[in-house]
Amino acid sequence: MSATTIGLDRQGSVAILRIAGDVTSGSEADLMDGFTRAVDGGARAVVLDFAGMEYMNSGGIGLLVTLLVRAQRSGVRLLATGLSDHYHEILSLTRLDEAITIHADEAAAVAAAEG
Amino acid sequence: MATTEPTPNREPVPPATTPSRDAANWAKPVDRLSAAGVSGAKVDSVSGKRVSGPLQGFGQLWQKTFRVRLEGSDLTPEQVVAAWKDKFPTFWPKGSRFYAPLAGIAPGEVALLDVAPVPGSPVKLSTGVMVIYADDESFTFMTPEGHTLSAWITFSAFRDGGVTVAQAQALERTSDPFDELAYILGGNRMNNNFWRDTLRNLGLAMGATDPEVEIQVVCIDRKRQWRQARNVRNSATLRTARHTITAPVRWITRRG
Repeated sequence: MSATTIGLDRQGSVAILRIAGDVTSGSEADLMDGFTRAVDGGARAVVLDFAGMEYMNSGGIGLLVTLLVRAQRSGVRLLATGLSDHYHEILSLTRLDEAITIHADEAAAVAAAEG
Repeated sequence: MATTEPTPNREPVPPATTPSRDAANWAKPVDRLSAAGVSGAKVDSVSGKRVSGPLQGFGQLWQKTFRVRLEGSDLTPEQVVAAWKDKFPTFWPKGSRFYAPLAGIAPGEVALLDVAPVPGSPVKLSTGVMVIYADDESFTFMTPEGHTLSAWITFSAFRDGGVTVAQAQALERTSDPFDELAYILGGNRMNNNFWRDTLRNLGLAMGATDPEVEIQVVCIDRKRQWRQARNVRNSATLRTARHTITAPVRWITRRG
């Protein structure tokens, strides 16, 4: 088991949360803290970059729902990039892809967020 | 604290191409469910339906956690989860039936269930669940369209202070406005009692002495998703009500 790390970058009004390591229910504090910092910095859209994610269980996918609700409440759009085929399938399985738009790469995600 | 500072000039990392450690634990996406792997159920109201999670539901979003400390039991979390998967139907309160998949509780399997809408009711709601995730310490169900709840529920066990703790945690919304009304008028309390009794039964079966079930209920989202009100077209509740109301007509017709 490796710890979750959340990096935060910005491109204009778009924040990019770089999620790395294992994402489980134990990742809640780190993920929510990253999101809070992104929104407090004025972001109107947050791109979740999953390229560094090594593992996610059902607790982790539950966190994404909670994050999505927080984003909707704050009027912030959530987008995703860096998903392997496997994690893309999980978002499809759980129908999270109906609410979090998935993009092939970061540039496309940022362009969509700004558009 | 694992949130890092900004990473300027960072090159994007391509997605991993090697299989993830969790790859075998997740079900594969399916367009429509099939309950072909279940025997014993009289009604299959699940085949042909899609799964429906908290995002597809109508009502307020709740996170409910039911936890029982297995004091007096020396079973490990893995042993508890293995027994929970293996004997899942036996822990349910009387009056409801869980028809487990023949292949057991494993990723991608579908189970059927008959649930009493009120305790002691001869009428049952027929619905089901899909196993979307399973590993040695947890497993997760997702409900199909038509179920009263659009939900994920995760069953798990872990160690806490030298004691194994079993937990069921649901992330749920009611599926449509009628289900929401029923939930407010007592369905919510019944649902809580159902899982409290299940956890207590599990605790007793695992050798715990006088298991007490701790319940934590948190409203994650107070907003109702009115765009999902059309879920009513799949409602198992309405289908069951219609079936019950028309029962005398069918009885008379059968008698000729």
